[in-house]
Amino acid sequence: MRTRMWRPMPMHVLRRSLFVVVGCAVLATAGFVHGTAFAAEEAAGGKLGADWKTQHADTDVANNASLQRGARNFSNYCLGCHSLKYERWSRMAQDLEIPEPLLQKDLMPPGDKPAQYILTSMPAADAEAWFGKTPPDLSLMARARGKDYLYQFLTTFYVDPTRQTGANNLRLPATAMPHVLSELEGLKRAVYKKEEKRGEDGKVITEQVFDHFEQIAPGRLSTADYASFVRDTVNFLDYVGEPTQQARRALGVWVVLFLLVFTWLAWLMKKEYWKDVH
Amino acid sequence: MASNNGPAAGAPLAGNLPKRKGFMGWLNKRMPVDEFIAEQLTGYYAPKNFNIWYFFGSLALVVLVMQLLTGIFLTMFYKPGELTSFDSVEFIMREVSHGWLIRYLHSTGASAFFIVVYLHMFRALLYGSYKPPRELLWLLGMLVYLALMAEAFMGYVLPWGNMSFWGAQVIVNLFGTIPAIGPPLVEWIRGDYGIADATLNRFFALHVVALPLGILLLVMLHLVALRTTGSNNPDGIEIKEKLGPNGKPLDGIPFHPYYTVKDVVGVGVFFILFAIIVFFVPTFGGLFLEGPNFDPANPMSTPEHIAPVWYFTPFYAILRAVPDQRLGALLMGLAVVSFFFLPWLDRSPVKSMRYRGWVSKTMLTLFAVSFIALGYLGLQPAEGIYVLWARIFGVIYFLYFWAMPFYSRASVDPVKQVPQRVVFNAH
Amino acid sequence: MADNVVVADDEVDLSRRKFLTNATIATGAVGAVFVAVPFIESWTPSERARALGAPTELDVSKIEPGQMTTVVWRRQPIYVVRRTPEMVAHLQGHDAALKDPTSDKSDQPPYAKNVLRARKAEYLVLIGTCTHLGCLPKQRFEAGSPEMGPSWPGGFFCPCHGSRFDLAGRVFEGSPASVNLRVPPYEYPNERTLLVGADEKGAA
Repeated sequence: MRTRMWRPMPMHVLRRSLFVVVGCAVLATAGFVHGTAFAAEEAAGGKLGADWKTQHADTDVANNASLQRGARNFSNYCLGCHSLKYERWSRMAQDLEIPEPLLQKDLMPPGDKPAQYILTSMPAADAEAWFGKTPPDLSLMARARGKDYLYQFLTTFYVDPTRQTGANNLRLPATAMPHVLSELEGLKRAVYKKEEKRGEDGKVITEQVFDHFEQIAPGRLSTADYASFVRDTVNFLDYVGEPTQQARRALGVWVVLFLLVFTWLAWLMKKEYWKDVH
Repeated sequence: MASNNGPAAGAPLAGNLPKRKGFMGWLNKRMPVDEFIAEQLTGYYAPKNFNIWYFFGSLALVVLVMQLLTGIFLTMFYKPGELTSFDSVEFIMREVSHGWLIRYLHSTGASAFFIVVYLHMFRALLYGSYKPPRELLWLLGMLVYLALMAEAFMGYVLPWGNMSFWGAQVIVNLFGTIPAIGPPLVEWIRGDYGIADATLNRFFALHVVALPLGILLLVMLHLVALRTTGSNNPDGIEIKEKLGPNGKPLDGIPFHPYYTVKDVVGVGVFFILFAIIVFFVPTFGGLFLEGPNFDPANPMSTPEHIAPVWYFTPFYAILRAVPDQRLGALLMGLAVVSFFFLPWLDRSPVKSMRYRGWVSKTMLTLFAVSFIALGYLGLQPAEGIYVLWARIFGVIYFLYFWAMPFYSRASVDPVKQVPQRVVFNAH
Repeated sequence: MADNVVVADDEVDLSRRKFLTNATIATGAVGAVFVAVPFIESWTPSERARALGAPTELDVSKIEPGQMTTVVWRRQPIYVVRRTPEMVAHLQGHDAALKDPTSDKSDQPPYAKNVLRARKAEYLVLIGTCTHLGCLPKQRFEAGSPEMGPSWPGGFFCPCHGSRFDLAGRVFEGSPASVNLRVPPYEYPNERTLLVGADEKGAA
């Protein structure tokens, strides 16, 4: 069981530039997040990243503090390149209970209006020139790919000098996205092991298979704190994927209860009428 | 009904309805309201031994009404068009008050429709409801099913996600396998050189106007045919052959109130299950709403695993199991069309599986297993062991239909004595 | 009587049957009302419409004295007139010719329920749709213009059905409109800025 102390965190200074800069308070705030489970996971799993394929996002969209932190993370690290074109700033503030002054001061780019959609200021043409493709809109990414995919994607970047961005990814090999979060996570190197495999022609081939990661440079966050950071961000993207999901579940409970009562009455009525039938 | 002049007791016929005064009297002179109720509900006698399988007809009607209602409201916010469809669906999901609910009701309703219809069809296979004198009833029902498939396919294209686009691409290209006219036909259906705005717009028109009208008409005819022959029942006995002194079947009870109150219970149970899906798992793990369809349509990128929605996958698995393009499409079509021939393929002297031998029972079981297995295989990648299994189950699927003239004969599959009256235990 | 349906009064508790039937029907009716709610609510302005209906800003210092500017708020034209001292003076003396000179029957925020029908004498802010049937009244600011007659103090004239309003939006006798032009909620966050759609009570 994870016993984490969630606390709403102050929103931090937003700065927007291409390769994203950090509000230095991230470190301080991340310190509030205790990721005991991850420490445990690490101890149990042994090697870093060896079990990346089975890692779950394990988020809770009802955890508002986590969503608020996720919104801050998005604003600080993702908004430089990615939009949420179906979500309004004002809607987000309302759903996540972020007061408007805080929204304007800490999350929104200067000049944007709360009623506007959450759009990146990076021109698509520049993005195309820099990365070879436009960074995708993230409004529906959690719905299209799933939360676990996003979690695995953001935790399996590793150094790869053969790539133009200097980084590669296990979840999405040859991704065009640079490792934007490296200054938080630090740098990891992929360690491979040799594995023998029987090819289709029956010959035994030796393949290089990913084994685990090796931390080669520390980041501002510990492994556990970085996992929490990613979790909050994925949780926020899950919320953005379907902003009505909490209202949906809340309403559903009442609908099902009502239908149970109705069906029970109807069943009693049916039994009563069918007393006639012999 | 215990009251002496109640509709159940003595079941007034159209000719001797009590004269009514006031508004109902005025109305009855101008429209046969009481007569309709007397003939179609209180005076319509249904077999008293219906079991759980007999809920799905009325449920299909309920789902149809729900799809029409939610569909009408979705049409108020949806904007067909390459550049507007995807955005307008997200607009419904996020910005229209309760738009998410209306959309989930409609998308879940589509799957619910097929679940209910497949169970309804299985009931017919189980109790021989397609056999004479109900051949036309069966054919009309099959036409409803065909129209429903077209309706569902075109509805699936409308959100203009990437699965919508590629689903449309694959299905429309199936028509290209028709000799000679195939390629120009495909171009005519699309109205462009690829799946495009023109295709989307015409699918929209067909989905919201033409096909619903067709389905309503066919459903009405299906019901008229049902009222003419009367319902079959789990014993496959014609209740009209044993009439009581009042001219009504001895094994029949008035549809209203007995089956109306019973169906209300069925509707209640259905909506409980339905609401659980709509409110708690609306995508149903990607079966009812597929993940890749939350990516906008991209003509330059096919999703990694492309499969139709679950209700088409049995046929899709057959298509992919055949290594020849034209033959694959042909067999897929045959898989659907085979149902139409059932009344003439079945040579058994009895209707219900209750009185048939082990051969028919085994074949029906194998068929049901194959249908579900093919449905599963159609969702898997078309490679290796999956294709092999699809071939095995595909063969069983067709054997059920086309070997039926042989295995269903009493000489091959001895039948049991059918009782004179229906089996019914009052509770 | 068919032998399948046995009607025996001693076996059947009619009152229970009646009660259960009514209870089921009543519950079903309540359910139907619940079902109707989301469908009816879906017709209310969407989040997008609400967001686009947010308060509108205008720099009033850029309006020439005696001129009018129109801004759009909630899909309605908002007339903003920068009244000259003469125009303000012309608001006196024709109360007898007005249907509702003190705006008792008309629709305006409390701070605009005065002779000027404004927070500041200099600026008149009105919803520019006629209170008769929604056409847009035209400017007839010149007092005694030949078109409007010698007694005309300056104001608005609706071309659709001939309603006439003075420079505070108050309707004249003889007009088909029965109440004064409406005043939207508004405030001045600073000297130069007019914010339509919000006041001390918050956004409308």
